[in-house]
Amino acid sequence: MEPQIIKFYQTGSFAVGNRLLDDSQRSVQADMRRSNSLNSGHRACQGCGEALGARYAIDAAMQATKNQLIAVNATGCLEVFSTPYPETSWQLPWIHSLFGNAAAVATGVAAAMRVKGREEVRVIAQGGDGGTTDIGFGCLSGMFERNDDVLYICYDNEGYMNTGVQRSSATPPAARTSTTATLGADPGNVFGQGKFVPAIAMAHEIPYVATASVAYLRDLEAKVHRAMSLRGARYLHIFVPCPLGWGAASEDTIRLARLVVETGLFPLFEAEHGEVTGRYHIRNRVPVEEYLKLQKRYAHLFGKRPAVDTIGRIQAMADRNIRRYGLLGEEA
Amino acid sequence: MLKQTEGSHAVAEAVALCRPEVICAYPISPQTHIVEALGEMVKGGDLARCEFINVESEFAAMSVAIGASAAGARTYTATASQGLLFMAEAVYNAAGLGLPIVMTDANRAIGAPINIWNDHSDALSMRDSGWIQLFAETNQEALDLHIIAFRLAEELSLPVMVCMDGFILTHAYERVDMPAQAQVDRYLPAYEPRQVLDPRDPVSIGAMVGPEAFSEVRYLAHAKQLQALDRIPVLAAEFAAIFGRESGGLVHPYRTEDAETIVVAMGSVMGTIKDVVDEMRAGGAAIGALGICSYRPAPLAAIRAAVEGAKRVVVVEKSLAVGLGGILATDVRMAMSGLHLHGYTVIAGLGGRPILKSSLHRLFERAGRDDLEHVTFLDLNWDVVNRVLDRERAVRRSGSIAENVLRDVGVTSTPGV
Ligand SMILES: Cc1ncc(C[n+]2csc(CCOP(=O)(O)OP(=O)(O)O)c2C)c(N)n1
Ligand code: SF4
Ligand SMILES: [Mg+2]
Repeated sequence: MEPQIIKFYQTGSFAVGNRLLDDSQRSVQADMRRSNSLNSGHRACQGCGEALGARYAIDAAMQATKNQLIAVNATGCLEVFSTPYPETSWQLPWIHSLFGNAAAVATGVAAAMRVKGREEVRVIAQGGDGGTTDIGFGCLSGMFERNDDVLYICYDNEGYMNTGVQRSSATPPAARTSTTATLGADPGNVFGQGKFVPAIAMAHEIPYVATASVAYLRDLEAKVHRAMSLRGARYLHIFVPCPLGWGAASEDTIRLARLVVETGLFPLFEAEHGEVTGRYHIRNRVPVEEYLKLQKRYAHLFGKRPAVDTIGRIQAMADRNIRRYGLLGEEA
Repeated sequence: MLKQTEGSHAVAEAVALCRPEVICAYPISPQTHIVEALGEMVKGGDLARCEFINVESEFAAMSVAIGASAAGARTYTATASQGLLFMAEAVYNAAGLGLPIVMTDANRAIGAPINIWNDHSDALSMRDSGWIQLFAETNQEALDLHIIAFRLAEELSLPVMVCMDGFILTHAYERVDMPAQAQVDRYLPAYEPRQVLDPRDPVSIGAMVGPEAFSEVRYLAHAKQLQALDRIPVLAAEFAAIFGRESGGLVHPYRTEDAETIVVAMGSVMGTIKDVVDEMRAGGAAIGALGICSYRPAPLAAIRAAVEGAKRVVVVEKSLAVGLGGILATDVRMAMSGLHLHGYTVIAGLGGRPILKSSLHRLFERAGRDDLEHVTFLDLNWDVVNRVLDRERAVRRSGSIAENVLRDVGVTSTPGV
């Protein structure tokens, strides 16, 4: 009889403390020796995807570097909720300078470490989507272009949350923010604007670019590990739901972070030197409505007369991603 | 060692002697020759153990400097004019974080209209940023001030801006005495940061501070500047002991002892002013001058002590507080409060307008007769100004002021910049 491959769905699954796995394959978060880099007691909202993303990413980077890590933080929710004077949640050397300069400050830290012959000390810069795709974009592109030895992590919650949920260039079409009201002929954010920075990062042909979502913990951690195994400019763009800004239930953070991937709205992939080297294949494709209707920022699409056209345009975006990044695997 | 060299090169060599570890730069006239020279020294291996980073903007230059300095590296950058404004947010941040970055400001005007020539508007726009700001009178002092600046910055954990007049100093070839490495090493110990980003001892730097402690933090920034007031003369004296010449300090009085008229100014124009003082002294006038080296911290007591015995003070400044008058003059007035002296403000040398000895001569003579407006614009072409004002009264669409003025003075094109 032909040997049969038995799929244990727990293997590589969403579970944190998966005991079916070998120790070396278990999540950093399942390890009692994890660094708890972003310690408990901070002031993020309940169910904050950004807090989760930062904890996963930095703990993984700490593990990968044997705790030889320095973090630079842009202004934004993560900075504000983690360091209200005189408290700090950070268990690693950490600096906040400005909103738009995290990438450049990190370049400076990396230069200092190099000149001092302490190349084992690695540098991470991190910021929200606003701090990354808008105001910090010049510094980010400069850091990429010079191939400075920095891993930049963008926590994308699709808006300026810290200042009260305004639109950023990462806000998706139709979404309501406090500056894209659900009024007029095209309520919410308009179609045909915005940018997808992972693709722009790839255009810099830097050693590593990846996207991740907080629903796929082990995938996220593996990407951080891969990033830390390389030198030069690296970029990780993590999708992090914001219950407050999106009008979503706190307990739906992981669900949303999974649905955005399973709909195709947010492709998970890796790229090295400008070429896609890996992609996450959607297991269970779902229509975009399932993702949208959990969030009040899309509530105007689901009134008495559902905005079928608009939902169709969003579905088309998901379909395009699936095509463009080959997200269905062999079935595609 | 004596050598004939360009001001920018002299500064670059002095910076190199200070053993900087990270230099980041973005080009802008008239700063370019300084960073070009340093870039060459790093690339060619003459300046070892130093990273030279070509960044994409001045905002990035100061931000890279912030990161490098916070991680414990001796850090240098240079800029001017629009570049200083472009990095303004990070300039304040560096001071707030207490990072001992040294930066040269090759003083240049601020547009619009865009103008590459010298005045002090750029540096003075950052006067409240928390940086120490030192003004050089000569190329010798410019290079010396950089050595003093690193020492002062690192002692106090405060950034220091060395201001030198764009083109007038940066591009002038003069004889300077270049110190030996051993002298600089004796004067400037290795950098020992007050706090540093290091995995061996993690700290969080740059936390948010609310109303409960912000005033105290700001007061401490002020207190640091007051400490600098004490340290600057001490470091100048130590400098003189090791290098054998006077440089730096708070103020440079010149023939002020029995002077009735004291002219106050900053930077290279002091040379011209001293010449005029000498000429007028020869003619029997009781006139002296006071150069301000330390603009921030403001040496109020030293200024007061120098002008106390005079009858009048004439501040000649290369800056304009639009809608008010003088910027330096306002500080000098503050130093004079309670003294019954005449105070005159003279706005001169804006955007590279030459400050002529003959003009100063006439100006100081009028001041000596107390026959001067409170605010005077030296050598202003009133014809041109009145023509613009008349035109604006007459026609709504009177056009661009800058272009109209150029046409009125008979210039049809300017060199490309
Ligand atoms: C130069 C500057 N402009 C604006 C702000 C105000 N500001 C602070 S945080 C923030 C929003 C941050 O948004 P994002 O980067 O997406 O992070 P999030 O809070 O969403 O995690 C804004 C607009 C600032 N601090 N500095
Ligand atoms: S507003 Fe959003 S991003 Fe900010 S702390 Fe709350 S959940 Fe997190
Ligand atoms: Mg955001």
